[in-house]
Amino acid sequence: MELLQSLLGSEAGMAVWTLLKILAIVAPLMIGVAYLTLAERKVIGYMQIRIGPNRVGPKGLLQPLADGVKLLMKEIILPTQSSKGLFLLAPVLSIMPALAAWAVIPFNDTMVLANINASLLYIMAITSMGVYGVIVAGWAGNSKYSFLGALRSSAQIVSYELAMGFALVGVLMVSSSLNLVDIVNQQGQGIAGGSIFSWNWLPLFPLFIVYLVSGVAETNRAPFDVAEGESEIVAGFHVEYSGMAFAIFFLAEYANMILVAALTSIMFLGGWLSPFPASWGALGASSIAWLLVKMSAVLFCFLWFRATFPRYRYDQIMRLGWKVFIPVTLVSILVLGLWMLSPLSLWK
Amino acid sequence: MSFQAVVFYILSAILIFAGFRVVTAKNPVHAALYLVLAFFTASGHWLLLQAEFLAIALVLVYVGAVMVLFLFVVMMLDINVEKLREGFWRHFPQAATVALIMMAEIVLILSSPEAHLADVKPAAAAAAAGEISNVKVLGRQLYTTYLLAFEAAAVILLVAMVAAIGITIRQRKDSKYVDPGVQVRVQSKDRVRVVKMAATKRQDDAVSDSNEQQA
Repeated sequence: MELLQSLLGSEAGMAVWTLLKILAIVAPLMIGVAYLTLAERKVIGYMQIRIGPNRVGPKGLLQPLADGVKLLMKEIILPTQSSKGLFLLAPVLSIMPALAAWAVIPFNDTMVLANINASLLYIMAITSMGVYGVIVAGWAGNSKYSFLGALRSSAQIVSYELAMGFALVGVLMVSSSLNLVDIVNQQGQGIAGGSIFSWNWLPLFPLFIVYLVSGVAETNRAPFDVAEGESEIVAGFHVEYSGMAFAIFFLAEYANMILVAALTSIMFLGGWLSPFPASWGALGASSIAWLLVKMSAVLFCFLWFRATFPRYRYDQIMRLGWKVFIPVTLVSILVLGLWMLSPLSLWK
Repeated sequence: MSFQAVVFYILSAILIFAGFRVVTAKNPVHAALYLVLAFFTASGHWLLLQAEFLAIALVLVYVGAVMVLFLFVVMMLDINVEKLREGFWRHFPQAATVALIMMAEIVLILSSPEAHLADVKPAAAAAAAGEISNVKVLGRQLYTTYLLAFEAAAVILLVAMVAAIGITIRQRKDSKYVDPGVQVRVQSKDRVRVVKMAATKRQDDAVSDSNEQQA
C-alpha cells in the first residue's frame, strides 16, 4: 500500500489499493460460485446414486468453465414488447447486492474491506435490495409466467426478511454491537472458553434455525424455490432470459448462497474461531480456514436440502414465515432479554 | 473541490433527475423504480453527513420493504395512463398552489432563527468531540428521552395494521382450505388401507380367456 501511495499519491494510491482488495474478494468468490455449481451437481448426483458431471476435464473438474463458455456464446433474446432497459438492468440489480454485501464481511480480525460500525445493518439493507432484480426481471419480460414468479418471490422475500431481521436482533443483543468483527470476537469469550460451545448457535439455537431456514428462503433455493417453480411456471422470473443474462441470475443465486453461508458462520458459528479450546495449539488457533470450513458445511446443507425436500406449497411458505418463524423469534428475543437480565446470564 | 463535494454534486444531480422522472415517467412502474433510485441516492447524501444509521435505515425500510410492496401493487394495477393525464391541466393550478405553500413552509422553517440550524453540529464534529457512534446516540435518545412518543408511534402503527387487516379479511366459503396442523399430524393409516388377501392360483389361459369373453 505504501508503495502504491508513493507511486500515485495518497488518494489515488488508496483508491487503487482498495480496488485491488475488492478484486481479491470478488475473484475467489466467482471461482467459488463456479465450483459451487459443480459441487451441487456432484453432491446431488451422489445422493441420487448417480455420478454427476465427469466428462469435461479430470473427474469433471472443468465442467463450470465449459458451462460458462457455452452461456457466453449464446444469443441474448429480447422478448417483444418487453421494457428493454429494465430487462437488461434486472440481472445487474440482482447480482449487485450479492457482491456489494461482501464489503463488510470480515475474514478474520483484521481482514475486512470496510470495518464499519453498523455492518450488520448494512448487510440487511443491501441484501434487502436483491428482490428488485427478481421483480424487475419478472415484470420487464412481458410474460405471465415470469410475472407470476416475480409476485411470488417478492411476497416471499419480504416475509422472510422479517424473521431474518428478528433472528439477527438476538445476535446483536448478546454481542451488543452491530459490527461483525465484534460479533465474532464476542463468541470467543464465555464459560466454554471460545470453543464450539461458546458460539451463538447453542444459546440462540431457535434463532439459528430460523436464520438458516430464512436464508434458504431468501436465496430462493429449494424447498422454497416457488419463484422458479419449474413444474408450475416454467422457470419463474427468468423464463425469458437466455445466454449471459440468464447466467448472471445464476451467478447471483450462488453468490447469495455463499453470502448467507458466510453470514451464518459469522453470526452463529463463531466465524474464524476454532471449534477447539485455545489450549490445543495449532488446532485451537483461529484462522480463515475455519471460516471456509464452516461456510462449506453450511453450503453443503443448502445442497442437501435441495436433494431431500419437495417444494413447499405457496400457502405453506407464507404460513411458515408469518405464523411460525415470526412468533418463534419474538418469543426467543423476549426470553433472551430476560435471560440476559437474570443472574444466569452468559453475557456480562 | 474536495472529494466529498464531487460526490455530493453527483448524488444531487442523480437525485434531482430521479425525482423529476418520478413525476414525468409515463409508465407507473418506471416511476416507482425512479423513486427507488431517489431513496437510494438520498441515503447516499446521509452517508456523506456521516449519519450512517439513518442512511441504512432509509434503504432498509423504504427501498427494501415499502417500495417492494408499492411496486407489487403498481404492477398488478391496470393503469390507463391516458385517462390519468386527462385532468392534468384542469387540476394544475390547485396542485401548484399546494406545492408552493409546502415549499414556502419548508423554506421558512429552515431559515427561521428559531430552528437553531446553525447550532447543529455535523456528525463528524460530534464524533471528533469524543461522542460515540450515532447508532448508540440515537438508541439512547429513543429509549430514554423520547420513549413515550416512540412507543405511542409504534402502537398507532400496530393499530393501523390490525385495522387494515380487519377490513380486508373475509372467509371465503368456496375455498378448499386444509388446516396445516391436520396435514402435519396425518398418519399413514389415515390414508392407506392395507387389504390382506389370500393368494389366488394361476388359472389356465383358456379359462381366463373365456372369463374375459363372458365379462
